Amino acid sequence: MNWVWLHRFGSPPYFYRWAGRIVPWLAWPAALLILAGLYGGLVLAPADYQQGDGYRIIYVHVPSAWLSLMIYTVMALAAAVGLIWRIKVAHAVAASCAPIGAWFTGVGLVTGMLWGQPMWGTYWEWDPRLVFYLVLLFFYMGYSGLRSAIDDTTRADRAAAVLAIVGAVNVPIVHYSVIWWNSLHQPPSLALTSKPTMPASMYVPLLLLFLGFTLFFYAVMLTRARAEVLRRERGGNWIRAALETTR
Amino acid sequence: MSGVKTSAPRAFFLVIQRDLRLAFRRPGEWLQPVAFFAIVTLLFPLALDPEPARLRALAPGALWVAALLSSLLAIEFLYRDDGRDGTLEQFALSGQSFASLLFAKTVAHWFLTGVPLAIAAPIAALALGAPPHSLSGVLLALLLGSVSLSLIGAIGAGLTLGIRRGGALLSLLVLPLSIPTLVFGARATELAIAGASGAELAAPLYLLGALAVLGVTLAPLAAAAAVRISLE
Amino acid sequence: MVRGLSFELDAGRALQITWPNGAGKTSLLRALSGLLHVESGSIHWLGRSIFGDLRAFHDDMAFCSHEPGLKPDLTIDENLHFAAGVRRRCNINERHAALARVGLTGLQDDPARRLSAGQQRRVALARLCLQGATLWLLDEPAAHLDAQGQALVSQLVSEHVRAGGLALIATNQPLALAPDISDELPPARLAARAGPA
Repeated sequence: MNWVWLHRFGSPPYFYRWAGRIVPWLAWPAALLILAGLYGGLVLAPADYQQGDGYRIIYVHVPSAWLSLMIYTVMALAAAVGLIWRIKVAHAVAASCAPIGAWFTGVGLVTGMLWGQPMWGTYWEWDPRLVFYLVLLFFYMGYSGLRSAIDDTTRADRAAAVLAIVGAVNVPIVHYSVIWWNSLHQPPSLALTSKPTMPASMYVPLLLLFLGFTLFFYAVMLTRARAEVLRRERGGNWIRAALETTR
Repeated sequence: MSGVKTSAPRAFFLVIQRDLRLAFRRPGEWLQPVAFFAIVTLLFPLALDPEPARLRALAPGALWVAALLSSLLAIEFLYRDDGRDGTLEQFALSGQSFASLLFAKTVAHWFLTGVPLAIAAPIAALALGAPPHSLSGVLLALLLGSVSLSLIGAIGAGLTLGIRRGGALLSLLVLPLSIPTLVFGARATELAIAGASGAELAAPLYLLGALAVLGVTLAPLAAAAAVRISLE
Repeated sequence: MVRGLSFELDAGRALQITWPNGAGKTSLLRALSGLLHVESGSIHWLGRSIFGDLRAFHDDMAFCSHEPGLKPDLTIDENLHFAAGVRRRCNINERHAALARVGLTGLQDDPARRLSAGQQRRVALARLCLQGATLWLLDEPAAHLDAQGQALVSQLVSEHVRAGGLALIATNQPLALAPDISDELPPARLAARAGPA
C-alpha cells in the first residue's frame, strides 16, 4: 500500500498550515455550543424531583468523563501512527493530548466527588467509576512522566508511544476489573446517570455540551500541537515563512 | 569460521540458562525480594493488632500488596546490567528474534522471583491465620498472578531502561497496569482463605490465567519494542 | 549527525573510518548495523535493503562495540559459550582455539571479573571470531590494547578480509593494514563505486 499521502499530511509545514486554518472552525462552534448548553442546563432545565439543583453538575461531569477516555483513545491512535509510520507530527499530537486528557480526568474526578457529597454524604466513595478515573489519571501521569524523563525527543516519543498503546490495551481490562471488584464488595451504589425518563429539556443541553466539549478539545489540542511542532522544528526554514504569512 | 546457526528454541534456553547461572552465582540478589515480601507481610500484624479474625480478613490484601511491591523491587534490575555492558545490543544484532531472547530473560526472572514468591506466600498466609486447606489456592493464585506481574514489569523495565533514577517512574508505570492482576489475585486468595472451592474459586483463577495468557502473547512484543527504543 | 555520505564495500576489503571525535563514527556503525534509525537514505547488503530482512543481515554481521559485554560472574569460557552460542553453535574446542588466537590460553576458567580492560577487549575479539560473520563492524577495536594487542587486531582483520570477509573499522588508532586490502573513508561525501560482495 502507498502511504505517501500520510507522510505528506504529516509533514510539519503542511500540518501547521492546515491546523491553523481549522482551529477557528472548531473553537467558535465549541464556544457557542458550550454557552448554549450551559444556559440550557443551568437555567432552562427543571430541577430534579429527587436531587434538586445538585444534579446540574452532570453538565460538567459527564462530558469531562467522556472526554478523558476519548482523549486517551486519540492519544493512543496518534502514538501508534507515529510509531508505525515514523510521523513526527503524530507524536506531537499525542504529546499535546496528554495534559488535556489529564486535566479533564481531574475535572471529572473532582466534579464526581463534589456530586458525591450531597448524594452519598461523602466526597470519596469507592465507586467503580471514580476508582477507574483515578487510575486513568495515573496512566496520564505515567505517560507524561516517561516523556519528561527521556531527554532525546525522538526516543521520548517512541517510548511514550509504546506506553500509550500498552495502556490502551490495559484500560478496558482495568475498567472491567474495577467493576467486577466493586460488584463483589459493595452494594450497588447510587447510579450517577440512571434517569431513564430524562426530559428533553434536561438531556438536550447535555448533548450540546458533549459536542461542545469535544470540539473544544480538538481546538485546544491542535493549537498545542502547532506550538509543539514549532518547538520541535525550530531553526527550520519553513517556520520563518509560515510565521511571516500568518503575522 | 564455520558452524551451524543456533536454532530459536536453543537460543531461548541458552539465555534462560545464562540468567539462572548468573543468579545462582549471586544468591543474595534474588533472595532479597522474597525477604522483602516476608518483611512486609510481617509489618501488617505489627502495625495492626494481631487479632486472628482480623488478620485473616486482611491477609489477601496484605499478601498481594506485598507481592506487588516485591516484584516491582526486583523487576527494576531485569535489563539494567545487560543494557550497561552491551549484552542487549548483542542480542538485538544476534540474528535471533529480539522479543524471544528478552522473553527468555523474563521467564528466567519469573523463575527467580515469581516462583519463590508463590512458595513463600502460603507460609506467610499461614502466619496471617489462613487455614491449611486454603494454601494450595493461595499458591496457585500467586503462581498465576506473578506471571502477569513479571510480564508487565518487563515492559516497564524496558521503558525506563537507561533513565537515571527510573525507580519511582517505574512504579508509576507498572502499578496502574497491575491493577487487574491485583483485583483478581486478591479475590482468589480471599475465596481460598474463606474456604471456597470448585467453581467459585475457579472464576478468579481463570481470570488470572487469562491475564497471564494475554501477557505472554503481547507483553514480549511491547517489551522488545521498548528496549529497542532505548538502544537507539 | 552524519549526512551526505555514500559508499560501498567489496568482499575482501576493509574500510577504516578515522574521523575525529564527535564526527559520528559510532553513530555511523550503529546505523549500518540497523540499531539506529536512518532519517533518509538506504543501506544495502548483497544488493538488498537490510531493513527488508534485518535478521538475515544480522546473521552475516557482527558488531564489536565499546562495551565488551562480559559478565563478571561467569568464567571466560562461559561468557563465550553464551555470547557466541546465541548466534552459532560452537563447541569447547573452538572456544579454546579462539582464546588461544587472542593470546588468552589457559585463562578460560578464570572469572571474567579478574580481567584487565585490555584482556576484556581480547575476549570480545575471540567472540567476534566465533560469531562466524562475514561483515565485521568494529568500534575502536584496539582500545585499551598494548602494541602486541594492536598488532593482533590488525592480523585478525587481515586474515578475515583475505578470506573474503569485509570489515568496517571506526578508530582513532588506524590499524596497520596492507594497502591492497584496506581503504580509508574520508569524512565528506564519497562517490567511489565498487561492486558489492
